[in-house]
Amino acid sequence: MMWPLIRQIAKVGIVTEKPPVAQEMASAKRIHDEILKILGRALTIREVDAGSCNGCELELNALGNVYYNLEGLGIKFVASPRHADMLLVTGPVSRSMSHALAVTNEAMPDPKIVVAVGDCAINGGIFGTSYASLGGVSKALKVDLTIPGCPPEPIVILEGILTAVRYRLRPRTGEK
Amino acid sequence: MDIANLELSLSAMPAEFTLFRGEVSADEWSTAAFAIAEGHGQLVSLWGNQLNNGTFVLSVVYDIGTLVWLELPLARGRISYPDISGLFPSANRLQRAVGDLFGLNAAGATDSRPWLNHKMWPADYFPLRKVNSGKEEFADDLADDYQFVQVLGEGVHEIAVGPVHAGIIEPGHFRFSVVGEKTLRLEERLGYTHKGVDKAFEQLSAVDGYRLAGRMSGDSTVAYAWSYCMSLENIWNWKLPERATWLRAIALERERIANHLGDLGALGNDAGFAFGLSQFMRLKEDCLRLNKKLFSHRFMMDYICPGGVERDIDADGLAEILTQCRVVEEEVRTLQKIYDDHSGLQDRFMMTGTVSLEVATKLGLTGMAGRASGIIHDVRVDAACAPYSKMDVHVSSRETGDVCARVDVRFDELFESLRLIRYLIDNLPMGAIRTEYVERGAEGSGAGWIEGWRGGIFTALYVDSKGKISRCHVHDPSWQNWPVIEYAVIGDIVPDFPLINKSFNLSYSGHDR
Repeated sequence: MMWPLIRQIAKVGIVTEKPPVAQEMASAKRIHDEILKILGRALTIREVDAGSCNGCELELNALGNVYYNLEGLGIKFVASPRHADMLLVTGPVSRSMSHALAVTNEAMPDPKIVVAVGDCAINGGIFGTSYASLGGVSKALKVDLTIPGCPPEPIVILEGILTAVRYRLRPRTGEK
Repeated sequence: MDIANLELSLSAMPAEFTLFRGEVSADEWSTAAFAIAEGHGQLVSLWGNQLNNGTFVLSVVYDIGTLVWLELPLARGRISYPDISGLFPSANRLQRAVGDLFGLNAAGATDSRPWLNHKMWPADYFPLRKVNSGKEEFADDLADDYQFVQVLGEGVHEIAVGPVHAGIIEPGHFRFSVVGEKTLRLEERLGYTHKGVDKAFEQLSAVDGYRLAGRMSGDSTVAYAWSYCMSLENIWNWKLPERATWLRAIALERERIANHLGDLGALGNDAGFAFGLSQFMRLKEDCLRLNKKLFSHRFMMDYICPGGVERDIDADGLAEILTQCRVVEEEVRTLQKIYDDHSGLQDRFMMTGTVSLEVATKLGLTGMAGRASGIIHDVRVDAACAPYSKMDVHVSSRETGDVCARVDVRFDELFESLRLIRYLIDNLPMGAIRTEYVERGAEGSGAGWIEGWRGGIFTALYVDSKGKISRCHVHDPSWQNWPVIEYAVIGDIVPDFPLINKSFNLSYSGHDR
């Protein structure tokens, strides 16, 4: 049983690519170091689908595949908002998800970063604003960064996540 | 069953597949439902519509070997119609959705709880009525007090899960009633991703609607766009160049392959076999990257458009697809052998989440999951449009109806899709890829039906004289299959739920709209 499995693993080898992010960050170690410097540990993310078509979720899941190897960079998705540094929200925020989204946000410890992923999370996108759709995450929460695309590709999401982390490093005034 | 037995006045509609349509009275609505249930026909979809004169029309589509679309016009001031959920259980939620969106009641239905309205809008506001713009906004101050069915007895307790789940997945609520680890009852509550799509359609012109249709469920964008375009092309009687439909089929089969690859990996992972996830997700990523290169989008969104497709694929591109088919086939054969020989994995897969043929037939289980329970039905064969009408699609099925059967059917279908793509490329006709816009056509209504990777995706489209959408109903097979999961989990332990759920992998967004 084990041999075919090991043979397949050996045959495929390591296919993880260099994270193709902005030039100055182009090595996994740099990203590692930067996240460590900012947070002192791995970056943890809680994702909430607030009414998306599932396209953004497909791309977020793709980030975990061996090509992007997100966890290898020191970034991981967690189940509990209490363990999360970052809230990633997709979808136009359906009114039926607005309560669950607010509760998830409240359950996260400060300081937290809120990132809106995808065109509909930015302004409702193709679904717009209606009796059933708030028309974007910023209608419900304070958003630190938006990542456009329908859906944004994994690389673009990765760049966005790293940008948001760096943005958080800057001292912000007037905050409690 | 024979359509003549229905004793209704029906007429054949211009469609890529056989579709009969006719008006019925309330009595005929009920008797037809009874006759079709007796004759083992299945419910495809049910929806409402409001005419310009303010009256309502209920529509139901059955599959009795051919599609039958019955319309029940309600007299002015009437808002009720006969319930059919006693005969077709999947009508329950469809009727409740019509209640939330139009304020029409199924008289005699035992379950009249709201379904899509989570008290986010007032009980007397009906978004799809023409008097409402859909832009109304309401204060979120109504207490949500949905009544779940309670299971009583010694040692019974409830586990409430969702709408936010542990992983990166869509939102929905599951209420388990359990004793120890054993599931006695599961009740689903969906509708969290309802974002008013039906109303949003009504602000679009018919030639633009395909983009919104392609965003009902991101994993089935090709099937939805095709189903939508087919309904429009039927209304306006547009004839497509052969090459266009063949390219559409290549995209549709690639969508099926990508989703089956992802699911096969995730199913391994849900049974504790992470190797499967990393191997299959790698192959899926390869497919998505080639999609990006050849179809301009990783999921091929907006590739299918009214009249054809957006972009041709040259000989080099076709050669790349063939190469990828060869690689994927070889790799998946290796992985299938590893899955089949892994006793721990098979132990989790076999006899878990079982849906017998009897239960599946009764509840109307459809699509890929239906085939895993022995319901041999596939729109690509039974209502084949071009180019499927020229191909011999082998329909895979199993009889055990467990997680293992749904895994096996996915493997079979993946190999079959690879074979179909090879055939399509080897015999791809030359010529245009898009109909020149002949005429924007007159007002009318029509239907489209396409076998997405989950099952049949049905569209009913109504276009007005200005070429605007006056109503668009898109139906995901998840409507039929969600209630079946409530049966599939009975007697299994709670930790098997994620595995069972994944083996169906139903759409939340496609259902909630």
